[in-house]
Amino acid sequence: MSATLAPVAPARPDVQHGLALRQTAYLIGRSLRILRREPVYLAFTLLQPMVWLLLFGALFERVADLPGFGDISYLEYLTPGVIVMTAMMSAGWAGTAFIDDMQRGVMDRNLTSPVSRGALITGALAYQAVVTVVQSLIVFGVGLLAGARYDGGVAGVLVVLLCATLLAVIFAALSCAVALMLRSQESLIGVSQFLTLPLAFMSTVMMAPALLPGWVGTAARYNPVDWAARAGRDALLGHPDWSAVLGRAGLLAALTLVMAWLATRAFRAYQRSV
Amino acid sequence: MQHAIEAEGLVKTYGKGAKAVRALSGVGFAVPRGTVFGLLGPNGAGKSTTTKILTTLSTPDSGSAVVAGLDVAKEPGRVRHAIGYVPQKPCFDPTATGRENLTLQGHIYGLSRSDIRARGDQLLERFGLADAAHRVTKTWSGGMQRKLDVALALMHRPRVLFLDEPTTGLDPEARADMWAEISGVTRADGVTVLLTTHYLEEADHLADRLVIVDRGQVVAEGTPEELKGGLDGDTVQVELADPGQQGSARAAIAAVRGVSAVGADGARLHASVGNGAATLPGLLAALEGAGVPLASVTVARPSLDDVYLRHAGRSFHSADRAGLDGTEVAA
Ligand SMILES: Nc1ncnc2c1ncn2[C@@H]1O[C@H](COP(=O)(O)OP(=O)(O)OP(=O)(O)O)[C@@H](O)[C@H]1O
Ligand SMILES: [Mg+2]
Repeated sequence: MSATLAPVAPARPDVQHGLALRQTAYLIGRSLRILRREPVYLAFTLLQPMVWLLLFGALFERVADLPGFGDISYLEYLTPGVIVMTAMMSAGWAGTAFIDDMQRGVMDRNLTSPVSRGALITGALAYQAVVTVVQSLIVFGVGLLAGARYDGGVAGVLVVLLCATLLAVIFAALSCAVALMLRSQESLIGVSQFLTLPLAFMSTVMMAPALLPGWVGTAARYNPVDWAARAGRDALLGHPDWSAVLGRAGLLAALTLVMAWLATRAFRAYQRSV
Repeated sequence: MQHAIEAEGLVKTYGKGAKAVRALSGVGFAVPRGTVFGLLGPNGAGKSTTTKILTTLSTPDSGSAVVAGLDVAKEPGRVRHAIGYVPQKPCFDPTATGRENLTLQGHIYGLSRSDIRARGDQLLERFGLADAAHRVTKTWSGGMQRKLDVALALMHRPRVLFLDEPTTGLDPEARADMWAEISGVTRADGVTVLLTTHYLEEADHLADRLVIVDRGQVVAEGTPEELKGGLDGDTVQVELADPGQQGSARAAIAAVRGVSAVGADGARLHASVGNGAATLPGLLAALEGAGVPLASVTVARPSLDDVYLRHAGRSFHSADRAGLDGTEVAA
């Protein structure tokens, strides 16, 4: 046996950690490559948030005349909400890539390789985070072009990006977990549709808090979409109560960890079924 | 002799209660290092299930397995470094080029950049994929895609390679090509190969040793020669013009001198005989005397099909069809 063909030695535990990080990076690269090679999909991923903003902005323009919105334009009010809503909706699809991998042998091959389950999940989640940041910046750009002005400045923009990213990761993790447990594209899309639209509407994404009907207002308090929308809006539009912003961001971060853990666990459900 | 794979008493049931399917009921075998081992069986026999357990993808209800000297239940992480796995379903990324597929695989195993480049070149060259390496793989032919699947599994130089039906769905030319690659892998790299297949010729051609699996159990084990040698002799196969005459034809054949056993599979009857050429005239005369017209007659040296028929009690092809129709072995 020649030297180049000698069997690999099993990796030492101390190099495993760095390896997992690099594996994550390569998996993100793979997902971005798929996105790049599907121009139609890429176009819609970028177009969709613009459509949301301009459509809802035009549709409900007069809503901001109602008391409860303060002296900002509806477009300004709407921007952070559309950003977090877009983040959630695209993240809902994250699991479909897992299902493609399961329907081919890719998932089975990866699970018999030394790639950690954690890296497979963080690869998918980090990719979704990248997509979210790009989509969010597009919405900001479209908003600015359409005449909106955001008093919160750079700090405000960063808070919106952070909250949108956390929300995206939460829903991407949930989507991956559902994908691993149900293993069917149709079921995943069903679950995702069932959750995302009601969550978007049971929040202050489009309607000022004071104007929400009573029970919707109550539901919104437990809705992560609303946490992200409010924290982002507070930071972006003027004089935020930073402790409230931090509180909501903290809730989002905690839920992110829970969901990522759940998704990693869901590999067991998948492996029991193969 | 040291074994690359040792499986013992593997039992696996999918699902629970009334819907439970017993996929394996006590599969065991040992694979000597540096050899090609065949797992031959019809649809639903339990080939993939066995492979999934040995590659740490799935866990058995009971039984144990050691791969490359490591217990799959106790040290799955180390087993994963030592093995390569080509699942039954295609596992390359169709949106990536051949080179990109290999590069990602190398990174997953933590190979260095220069090694990834060199090993990628070597495998692309060896599998005849170098010219297509920069093309997106969804435009490749089926045979090239399947070869890429195998190359991916070899990227990190595993000691044991698992191939789950590597040639199913390939045209004869691509299959012959793949056979040459698989033999090359053991010869050049000293890799132990476990290969599952539906094709008797494939097992006969490639496997140093093989087991025949049927309904979750090993029904025969040995080298292809040993298995064929265990049979009495030749087989005369007659196909009846009228399947309704099976009963009378069977009785007529059984009475012929030199016939030791008769099996039936629809309109086909198989007679085990010591010497085909010597027995044939008497056999034909007996059928003519009984008024049984024939559609065809063949005399065959023992094949793995006969081995299968002998041990599983049904012909390979009818078992395959039964498996496809979803006739499953209840737990
Ligand atoms: N994930 C699963 N869930 C439920 N039943 C399964 C699963 N995988 C296999 N089975 C059942 O277990 C039995 C053995 O299946 P297995 O896939 O191991 O057969 P096989 O020999 O690989 O067949 P084939 O030649 O069709 O690939 C079959 O009855 C099959 O239906
Ligand atoms: Mg199979």
